[in-house]
Amino acid sequence: MTLTLDKQLELHRMMMLIRLFEEALEEMFSRGLLHGTMHLSIGQEASAAGACLALDKEDLITSTHRGHGHCLGKGADPFKMFAELLGREDGYCRGRGGSMHIADLSNGNLGANGIVAGSLTISVGAALSFQMQKKDNIVLCFFGDGAVNEGSFHEALNLASLWDLPVLFLCENNQYGMSMASDKAVAGESIASRGNSYGIESIQIDGNDVEAVFESVTSFKNEILTTNRPKFIEAVTYRYRGHSKSDRNLYRTSDEIEYWKEEKDPIKRYIGKLIESGVTEAKLKEIDEGVKELIRNSVKKALDSPMSPVTNLEEDSYA
Amino acid sequence: MPELTAGQSINKALSLILEKNQTAFLAGEDIGIYGGAFGVTEGLLEEFGSERIKDTPISEDVIAGLAVGASMTGSRPIVEMQFSDFIVNAMDPIVNQAAKLHFMYGGAVNVPIVVRAASGAGTGAAAQHSQSLESWFCHVPGLKVVTPSNAQNAYDLLLSSYVDTNPVIFMEHKLIYKVKENVTLNPIPKDSSYLGKASIAQEGTDLTVVSYSNMVNVVKEAVSMDELQNYSIEIVDLQTVSPIDFETIKNSLIKTKKLLVCQEAPSNSSVGTTVVSKVVESDLFNVLEIAPKLVSGLHSPMPSAKHLESTVIPQKEDILNAIQDML
Ligand SMILES: Cc1ncc(C[n+]2csc(CCOP(=O)(O)OP(=O)(O)O)c2C)c(N)n1
Ligand SMILES: [Mg+2]
Repeated sequence: MTLTLDKQLELHRMMMLIRLFEEALEEMFSRGLLHGTMHLSIGQEASAAGACLALDKEDLITSTHRGHGHCLGKGADPFKMFAELLGREDGYCRGRGGSMHIADLSNGNLGANGIVAGSLTISVGAALSFQMQKKDNIVLCFFGDGAVNEGSFHEALNLASLWDLPVLFLCENNQYGMSMASDKAVAGESIASRGNSYGIESIQIDGNDVEAVFESVTSFKNEILTTNRPKFIEAVTYRYRGHSKSDRNLYRTSDEIEYWKEEKDPIKRYIGKLIESGVTEAKLKEIDEGVKELIRNSVKKALDSPMSPVTNLEEDSYA
Repeated sequence: MPELTAGQSINKALSLILEKNQTAFLAGEDIGIYGGAFGVTEGLLEEFGSERIKDTPISEDVIAGLAVGASMTGSRPIVEMQFSDFIVNAMDPIVNQAAKLHFMYGGAVNVPIVVRAASGAGTGAAAQHSQSLESWFCHVPGLKVVTPSNAQNAYDLLLSSYVDTNPVIFMEHKLIYKVKENVTLNPIPKDSSYLGKASIAQEGTDLTVVSYSNMVNVVKEAVSMDELQNYSIEIVDLQTVSPIDFETIKNSLIKTKKLLVCQEAPSNSSVGTTVVSKVVESDLFNVLEIAPKLVSGLHSPMPSAKHLESTVIPQKEDILNAIQDML
């Protein structure tokens, strides 16, 4: 598959947007502007960007606690995301959800989820809707390596396979579930092999290679729509920051973190590739400046927007 | 007497149990090298090794289930659910298995397990990491439910929960992890008679406030506000919410004749409504001078934004208002 230059630049831009969005959040957190905690995906941008940009707007995603990248990838407005984290009325969930629970239905994001593996069974239901309504769309279900040891992971895969549901399971294997290394937590050959054991074609890919992610999601999506079979991708990646804001990183070495930052960084690698293929540094700089300005303006607008009013929350709890 | 947070005092209790009982072990997510999501198990892996401090995959169902099976066969598991919200993934082993096996098998087995979990709101952790689900478990015969309010009773109640021969759900409010106090490090008790006993957190004669878990601390703050300096208010800390110590409540009400109950959880089918209903069903109904009152969390999921979160959780001003209404 050869990607157009436009598509390549879009992939780069999206990874930059995710990275700079989260770096801005870190900064806001350290200034005491944010209540609670958050889970950053810095280092994992390729899987979110590559996967989401391979989807149509009408395709759905389900997301995780580490979901800022998925949300942006699916087209969310960074202003409304910042506003959400700041408890503002303009936030995606009017300040009720926060970092871990952003949903953006207008762009096909069924929501981030604070429960590990919580979205797997939901993705099955959404795919069932597509099947019953005879729509030519898929559900892409993001989850982490930690989720594959929950019972609901197994129930979801089994049913999706039995019922031929249009769901693409995408495991972002960043090699740790909080402090637990995935090779100490996952029995059997690999995470991808678990998909195979339910009769679901499964592959393992380099999750830090944004084009590899884009291409495998694109081709699996086409196959899902033609064969009516679910698919499974294990995208191997790495998280640079702590699990959440309270993590002291005692379970891994700084050498390991440095290795991934230096040798495997998805953005750095892609810039190298683009330059090699003839994209100018000036072009990339122009894109990056555009993203920086978008982030700056979005933060400012979010800080200027009104706090979410205190409404009758008991009434708000029901539809 | 060391100055400890509740997290640290629970750590001391766990350490003592593991030291004195070779059959005791811990299991849960990130309890080893990470030291637990709230640091409660810090240092225990180094002290007791990975044979007894078992880091598990993210699998709450089997964490609770393995505790049941291990406890039926001579081991003494204490397992951690990280956030109490995740207990919902372990409801079958707790509710259908642990709670019932002793009865169902005609007394042939005991299930002496302790399931620890961090509960409650106030940290901005939003709807899926802030709940107070203790009353769910109070509804299940066979379970005991324990809700410490401070570092000292967290220490003592954990030791008693361990000694008890029944499954115990041990809810540690996240905010008590942040408060330090002097803690007497008592030895492991001979029996678990301390479970099911309320404590009088403050003596008084004008009104009784019954509360539990971190809300006891909010009640204490409310009661010490200037507006109430001329009144004498008794605070009953339930400590165990199943079974509830009605004897202590009764003795207090005979003295004060006024009952206010304060809890963080929403009121529907809750600990607070149980307290009120038991009181008005009994002879105490005639002792009460005015109708009892309940201050509870809103019937709403926990919002993430700080200013919304604090409208869902009862604040000391809400408690003050309720007390002033009743006096
Ligand atoms: C059911 C449940 N159990 C435990 C947790 C606590 N927790 C939140 S994220 C996490 C690690 C998840 O690991 P993984 O799925 O690999 O995602 P990652 O954080 O690496 O992105 C844990 C243990 C939770 N949120 N939900
Ligand atoms: Mg992970």
